[in-house]
Amino acid sequence: MATNQTAIAVRNLRKSYGSQLVLDGIDLDVPEGSVYALLGPNGSGKTTTVQILSTYLAMDGGEVRIAGHDLVKEPAAVRAAIGVTGQFSAVDSLLTGEENLRLMTKLYHLGPQEGRRKTAELLERFDLVDAAKKLAATYSGGMKRRLDLAMSLVGTPRIIFLDEPTTGLDPRSRKTMWEIIRELLGEGVTIFLTTQYLDEADELADKIGVLDQGKLVAEGTVTELKRRIPGGHVRLQFADSGLLSSAALTFQGSIRDEEALTLTVPSDGSVRSLRTLLDRLDNEAIAVENLTVQMPNLDDVFFALTGTSKNLKGGE
Amino acid sequence: MSSLYLSFSDSATMLQRNFQRALRNPFVIFSSILTPALMLVLFFYVLGGSIAGGLNGGEKGGTEYLNYLLPGIIVLTAALGAEVTALNVNYDRTENIINRFRTMPISRGALSTGHALANVIQTLISIVCIVGIGLLMGFRPNAGLVEWLAAFGLLALFSLAIAWLAVPLGLIARTPGGANSLSLIIGFLLPFFSSAFVKPDTMPDWLQVFVKYQPFTAVTETLRGLLTGTAIGDNWIYAISGSVVLAILGYIFARWAYNRQPSR
Repeated sequence: MATNQTAIAVRNLRKSYGSQLVLDGIDLDVPEGSVYALLGPNGSGKTTTVQILSTYLAMDGGEVRIAGHDLVKEPAAVRAAIGVTGQFSAVDSLLTGEENLRLMTKLYHLGPQEGRRKTAELLERFDLVDAAKKLAATYSGGMKRRLDLAMSLVGTPRIIFLDEPTTGLDPRSRKTMWEIIRELLGEGVTIFLTTQYLDEADELADKIGVLDQGKLVAEGTVTELKRRIPGGHVRLQFADSGLLSSAALTFQGSIRDEEALTLTVPSDGSVRSLRTLLDRLDNEAIAVENLTVQMPNLDDVFFALTGTSKNLKGGE
Repeated sequence: MSSLYLSFSDSATMLQRNFQRALRNPFVIFSSILTPALMLVLFFYVLGGSIAGGLNGGEKGGTEYLNYLLPGIIVLTAALGAEVTALNVNYDRTENIINRFRTMPISRGALSTGHALANVIQTLISIVCIVGIGLLMGFRPNAGLVEWLAAFGLLALFSLAIAWLAVPLGLIARTPGGANSLSLIIGFLLPFFSSAFVKPDTMPDWLQVFVKYQPFTAVTETLRGLLTGTAIGDNWIYAISGSVVLAILGYIFARWAYNRQPSR
């Protein structure tokens, strides 16, 4: 299968609950085999988006195609192509881990032999072999999430929706979940996840959409997003204060640090602006010992784009 | 594979899940026998002496009131299945299991059907226990094999109707407490406002109108006739048609509640 096909295509997706507008015309495309992270504060519409795309919730308007199927006209075909792990684990606590998985294999009509094989494979893969015979009620948060995700994989979905897959998990379980997501990606599965953790989006996503009050306020790769807001700079390190002074004269508006012998020059971090900067240093024959590019981190971008926090804006 | 086969297979899978869960949580089965058993003891030993005085030639501790009471307790046992069913269904809602099933390619009625069938089987088991306790206490039915089979057939149909009414209550209630309260309307209110424990003739006229024509009375009277030989009259027709109508209404309500859009 070609990897550049579109797994999820959304046009002008709209949804309100009564008079409250939750999604105000969302457009997005997720290519097959990639990870798309929907990033946004609580109440921005992330979960609603996942619920609509996974056929749980009806949309008010718009057009959605999942794995080539129209969401409204062919919900059954969409359901057969997807796996969903919601924000709150949906496992039967009165069944063991193994019984939960066997329940799924039966509902996917896998047949007894294939069902047992698949169950054993998933227990092994999600490190649940030792807990297989224990009731899910006794599982830790991390184990429940792993079982939940394992259950979503029984039907071998091509597209997986993960709604805040690591919310409430301890750091180690989070790392494990990230590894599992990367493994899935290696198998050519498309992943659509929501998160309120910037490092998670940074870590996993090929493309990030920033959702705020029902609108996609920005979309792009991590780097593209970082470039969208000002506040980046280049730090130049010099061998002596003479060179530092000449450089400071060359770059108006830069900030010099006499003690550290560094000069901080505002920059958007693009290759073009770096080349201009280096060319000017060459023209003036100023030797630079060391150069570092400092981009605003994703937190700065997030806060600048969503306006969630007024006091954390990156730079002037 | 045809869609009918798939929906049958999915319902069977859900039913099997209900059994696994019931075995893990035996207290539910235990209490669904204990509650009607306690009501039986309460009505026969505590209140029975006074109530029996109202029956023709009734005597304290005699079999006559027990023979009147036990069919009513059996109907109460079936009605209390509503509570268990509503709670089980509500558990699936509050544990988000329904959210998972709704995004899976499985037949839409399977979960509810599994719960409804599980209720029928659990109720019939409880009823066998209650009849056993009744026999120990002195219940003397005069039913033959055919009457017993007819009685259990009617009870299976009736408890199916009860379950289909309880499933949507479990689906719409936001909390287990809510599901419990709603199901008590079926589980407690309707049996008490029927001919299950006392004769409707002893009630005020305005109440008799409701009591005589509500389906629980028809079911109780039919059961009483089958087991102890009292007159059934037209009651069996109302008992069967009432159960069928309630089951169908409940099924439609359940389909709606399962596919309902969450209001947030």
